[in-house]
Amino acid sequence: MVVILGGSLAAACAAPGSGNAQPTAAASSAPALSSAPTCGTEAVTLKGYFETGFPIAKALTDEFTKQHPNVTWDIREDQFAVITQNAPRVLADDPPDLMRLPQVSELVKNNLLKNLDDYAKVFGWDQWPASQLEQMRLAPGGAVRGEGSLYAMGLNFSMTGVFYNKKLAEQIGMTTPPETLADLDAAMAKAKDAGLAPIAQFNGGATGGLAFPLQDLMASYGPSAPINEWIYQKPGATIDTPSNLQATQHLEKWIKAGYFWKDVNAVDYATMMSRFIKGDGLFMFNGDWESGNLDKQMAGNIGFFLMPPAQAGGKRAAMSAPLTFGIGEKAKNADCAAFFLDWVATDAQARTIGVEVGGSHPMGPADAPMPPVAAGSVTENTLAAGAQIAKDNGSMDFIANATGAIYAKSWTPNLQKLVAGEQTPDGLLKSVQADYQSQVKGG
Amino acid sequence: MKAAVKRRSGSKWAGWLFVLPAAAFYVVFVIQPLAMTVQYSLYSWDGIGVATWNGVQNYLRVFTDPDLFAAILNALKLIVFFSAVPVALGLAIAATIRRIATTRLATVARTVIFLPQVIPLVAAGITWSWLLSSTGLVNQLLTAVGLEGITRAWLGDFSTALPSVGVIGAWVLLGLCTLLLLAGMSKIDPALYEAARLDGAGPLREFFSITLPSLRQEIGVCVTVTVVAALASFDIVYISTQGGPGNASMVPGLEIYYLAFSERQVGVASALAVVLTVLVIACALPIQWLTRDRSS
Repeated sequence: MVVILGGSLAAACAAPGSGNAQPTAAASSAPALSSAPTCGTEAVTLKGYFETGFPIAKALTDEFTKQHPNVTWDIREDQFAVITQNAPRVLADDPPDLMRLPQVSELVKNNLLKNLDDYAKVFGWDQWPASQLEQMRLAPGGAVRGEGSLYAMGLNFSMTGVFYNKKLAEQIGMTTPPETLADLDAAMAKAKDAGLAPIAQFNGGATGGLAFPLQDLMASYGPSAPINEWIYQKPGATIDTPSNLQATQHLEKWIKAGYFWKDVNAVDYATMMSRFIKGDGLFMFNGDWESGNLDKQMAGNIGFFLMPPAQAGGKRAAMSAPLTFGIGEKAKNADCAAFFLDWVATDAQARTIGVEVGGSHPMGPADAPMPPVAAGSVTENTLAAGAQIAKDNGSMDFIANATGAIYAKSWTPNLQKLVAGEQTPDGLLKSVQADYQSQVKGG
Repeated sequence: MKAAVKRRSGSKWAGWLFVLPAAAFYVVFVIQPLAMTVQYSLYSWDGIGVATWNGVQNYLRVFTDPDLFAAILNALKLIVFFSAVPVALGLAIAATIRRIATTRLATVARTVIFLPQVIPLVAAGITWSWLLSSTGLVNQLLTAVGLEGITRAWLGDFSTALPSVGVIGAWVLLGLCTLLLLAGMSKIDPALYEAARLDGAGPLREFFSITLPSLRQEIGVCVTVTVVAALASFDIVYISTQGGPGNASMVPGLEIYYLAFSERQVGVASALAVVLTVLVIACALPIQWLTRDRSS
């Protein structure tokens, strides 16, 4: 007992974390790759850590093994929330070769992710449209996102906007998607008058889904670049701007007009989906990861448009994020994992899986071949929207991703208060900005 | 004489030897984590890198951050639901069941009331979130009796979220209290009741003069267990509201979890955990002292 006590006391004298081997940034010392790595011909087992409920990763690894039989997979799956909590420990203690990543700033700060710059050079990823990789770039030390070295890679990239129920739209005489915010307002008012629920959205528990329409409104009223700068933690960035205030006031107008379900503060994501599919709700602010699902469950009855701008002819913007995967700094088979990531973006069969199973646009060069999709399907709509966003340079990361805790601890409670009339638009932005500053500073 | 003393001191050491395995486990799995939590609470740490010394800053934040302090207040409010309601109701139900002890109905009632203790809390939490949803059974019943005006999404409403969580907790803990009190009642000498009845005491007088004083210790256990459950509540809140809407039902247990694992502020989380531990002890000790059996 004395020994045990003594041992724990000795441990207690050192600062927490100082006993761990601290990996240091090694990218500069590693020899540069002279040619693109492969998985070789010898048997190799890649260790994967993927997200439960998203079959795309598994589908891709199966296809990869079919094409490269020497590569097998040892895959562990968890819910995204669990991955978020476990990521640092797993990457430090038992680094996977390939892992679904949460917000990466903290991981890069602690040198847990492999710097992918060399791979990007030899595989030519740096020739792809820059916006695809921007969200996964971090300045040295992980302080600022959106620039610097590449630390993660996407399996595909998602697109958000507004889904609508075509039958209900017909009922209120909406034949074409709204061209301006005023058109959208008018359609919502008509739906309300016709006794329909204008918006299907979730905002319950720890998931403030009103962040979707809010960010869309922000991009409708103002440029998307400052929003990205805030998400990327650029010094001096603020969410409390005049155009964002207009956007939040507009959201409050929708709330006060009764455009959301009365119990929206108790509705979770799954409830929203089942109600919308049943026909409760004209519009739904959501992303193309549901395209395949909606094409199946509401065949022919589902449409999609990008959030219309406040002024006619204005640029469109959308939240669009890669499905991020990374390689552990101490991963055993980093080269093979990098080869897999390149294969996902360039192999025709892999790109098809990205669209058909993942529902989203594949990564890769702008002129890479696109798999065929059914005409008139909502998947076709969302892929086309991706092209439009690329043209308008309107791709934004999600305001929920600015820090690891900003969504659960700040956006969600504040949006729930806004719904209940316990928070003002101005108070909401000031409160989120204050939380953001304290979280960026760390504690 | 000398030999006897020697043997006695030898057996004393043998006694310690028997305690050693359990003590070692206690030190490793209880004392050490507790000591580490106290240590972490003095640092600023993200859980991975090297921590930096932070003194009492984390404790200052626990008491000055309105969100963290509100969580502690919410836990105190939950005591009403988790403790007062189950103990009071448990006493009434146990007294009633005791009076009909020999009938089948008593067995059925006991089982039904204890059932919430058997059902996993997660399952119970999900069931209750359906019952309390805007289209759930609770609102259907209210509508059926003409109270449509007060129907709402009980767990999503700022004024009703915390009380709704409290109701779920009361439902869970009622069975435990009833069973404990019932067991206590069965120990009471029936002759006392007979004597009271001969003296002309009614059921109420019997309850307050015999049952209640005899149950002092059982009530003490019930209050202690339920107060600790209220202060340290996590699972019911996590399943039903996750602390929402807008922190209306946030409790320290959940806040510690969010701070440590989503905000990665292990220092502040540990400080709040230490404060919570002290609060639990500060509440539990007086209860123990008040309900101690004075005769012994």
